[in-house]
Amino acid sequence: MYRSHVLVCGGTGCTSSGSLEIIDEMKKEIDSLGLTKEIAVIKTGCHGLCALGPIILVYPEGVFYSRVAVTDVKEIVNEHLLKGRIVKRLVYDETIEGDKLKPLTETDFYKRQHRIVLRNCGVINPEVIEEYIGTGGYEALGKVVTEMTPEDVIQVISDSGLRGRGGGGFPTGLKWKLAAGNDADQKYVCCNADEGDPGAFMDRSVLEGDPHVLLEAMAIAGYAIGASQGYIYVRAEYPIAIERLEIAIDQAREYGLLGKDIFGSGFDFDLGLRLGAGAFVCGEETALMTSIEGNRGEPRPRPPFPAEKGLFQKPTILNNVETYANVPRIILKGAEWFASMGTEKAKGTKVFALGGKIKNTGLVEIPMGTTLREVIEDIGGGVPNGKKFKAAQTGGPSGGCIPFEHFDIPMDYDNLISIGSMMGSGGLIVMDEDNCMVDIAKFFLQFTVDESCGKCTPCRVGTKRMYEILDKITKGQGTIEDLDKLEALCYYIKDNSLCGLGQTAPNPVLSTLRYFRDEYMAHIVDKRCPAGVCKDLLQFVIDPEKCVGCTLCARNCPVSAITGAVKEAHVIDQDKCVKCGVCYEKCKFNAISKK
Amino acid sequence: MKSLEELKAIREKMQGQIGFRSDSSTGTRVIVGMATCGIASGARPVLTTLVEEVAKKKLENIQITQTGCIGLCQFEPIVEILEPGKEKVTYVKMNSEKAKEVVERHLVRGQVISEYTIEKYIK
Repeated sequence: MYRSHVLVCGGTGCTSSGSLEIIDEMKKEIDSLGLTKEIAVIKTGCHGLCALGPIILVYPEGVFYSRVAVTDVKEIVNEHLLKGRIVKRLVYDETIEGDKLKPLTETDFYKRQHRIVLRNCGVINPEVIEEYIGTGGYEALGKVVTEMTPEDVIQVISDSGLRGRGGGGFPTGLKWKLAAGNDADQKYVCCNADEGDPGAFMDRSVLEGDPHVLLEAMAIAGYAIGASQGYIYVRAEYPIAIERLEIAIDQAREYGLLGKDIFGSGFDFDLGLRLGAGAFVCGEETALMTSIEGNRGEPRPRPPFPAEKGLFQKPTILNNVETYANVPRIILKGAEWFASMGTEKAKGTKVFALGGKIKNTGLVEIPMGTTLREVIEDIGGGVPNGKKFKAAQTGGPSGGCIPFEHFDIPMDYDNLISIGSMMGSGGLIVMDEDNCMVDIAKFFLQFTVDESCGKCTPCRVGTKRMYEILDKITKGQGTIEDLDKLEALCYYIKDNSLCGLGQTAPNPVLSTLRYFRDEYMAHIVDKRCPAGVCKDLLQFVIDPEKCVGCTLCARNCPVSAITGAVKEAHVIDQDKCVKCGVCYEKCKFNAISKK
Repeated sequence: MKSLEELKAIREKMQGQIGFRSDSSTGTRVIVGMATCGIASGARPVLTTLVEEVAKKKLENIQITQTGCIGLCQFEPIVEILEPGKEKVTYVKMNSEKAKEVVERHLVRGQVISEYTIEKYIK
């Protein structure tokens, strides 16, 4: 029995800022004081507050240390773990009020959250199956195979109102029912863990922090539809997630929770991992299954839908990681419990990955229908540096932006669609007044051009043409006709592309055109970028009245574009200038301005 | 594993460990003085005994933590017990044997062992 548990975050965010070295150092220090038998050091998954990593939580006190360096470890061990004196300078400032500690659950970031999917992330050691079982893990699977019929399981999932968390929002219970209704000698359960949206990392956190929940849910799904084999399709760029999934699968097999005759019920189920090479299109269901089959990841027309002819031409269900992560809880706590959260048409919670111009970047899980204002101002801590919120981008390259006028919209599938965005897998990128919306649209189009698989012409050629027009506009060479052409192209590509990638690729352009047409017009008519981002429309000039000739700008200019004698006004040669902005930052007399 | 009973057994074994990792301010807090004075007069075995006994008796909702110097160095090792809605009880000059008794009598049965409390020594 340990008197104290030290939880160190081993998610990707904290690992990249050095948490594994912290764990080694911590164990060494604890050992040198002879405390090994009293204090457990546990590597957990992500806590969500990635901006503050590396993160250490010490229980039973519940002290939350943030931004810990390896050099701080000795002090924490000597002061806190040995003598019981909390190292206040490292405690997250939101959890300390005067001399009193405030529980983490009462901080702004956590108090509005409702953790179902992420409930074990940051709490258990994902590499130890007993810890998962200790939180009630695999009980839902046990209940399902010993007490319920497959029809009962599907009914509970249907009644709960769970919808796909990967973006489309298709009712999960219905998906399972369709696959269960198709007879075949073999069926498959697949998991889409090919999270490809820029800025989204919800699924990665679940895989890294609580891999067994996915295994359990997929076995439940297998029982419900009559499948004995499952595949997890995970991207190769998630090495930590892959490693933990492999460990989890091995442990589950060892315990007989995967394999033959689970819980003596006669039900067999096993799982395999398939690694994707990081193609965005493989997040599309038919492309994903083609890739699992060992072929080039390209989509195919639907119907037939996967429930009828999916993987290897057999009935298949495909759900995303977050969708599965809800399933065991729904089985244990009941459909009504789940349906009591959220809005009328969207039940339960949604995990969002907050990124961009926001104070608390990280992962948050909130009930469906929470407003954007609550997420950004209350949980996210607002836009930093006193800048003004301009828009939030949801749904990545398939989604759109939510402008300030919709700040109070309750976020669920239908509301976001109605304002031209989409839930997507949950990436939420905040933009402030310094972001140029044309440039953002161009960024996403660049992404879809790169990621288009090239099978169908509207997507392959159309997105390229769109990108070229956007590029022209950001260079100040766009015309009003270009804007009309761009818009027509958007609708053409939406209507004619084969798969979701092409059908949604124009969304970032359509939604920025809808809410920020004036910015496009400024680029085209006034040849001006209001946010000061597009370099070709920008000029740095020195005000001769204010310039004192200190030579600081000239000395720092990387291309020697600034000339002038000492104590005389300097001049920027616009032909040489690369608009890096160094002179603007260096000038101590505010003599340089952006035009 | 072939039965739900086996799963339940693992769960029960692990539950104490996992349940520990939550922010609960409702339970009883047992605080051991672990400054230099406390450690020098033997607070460490007192602390480990408390942890072991509480685990052995499967007592729930009890938090055992350390604190710094309380200022009564001559009475160390000191153990304070804070129960919600009750007055703080301070046990002084503790050792492993007394700690076991405190768990058995105070934490399990709810009786304050007055002969070990500070009042007894100050009078």
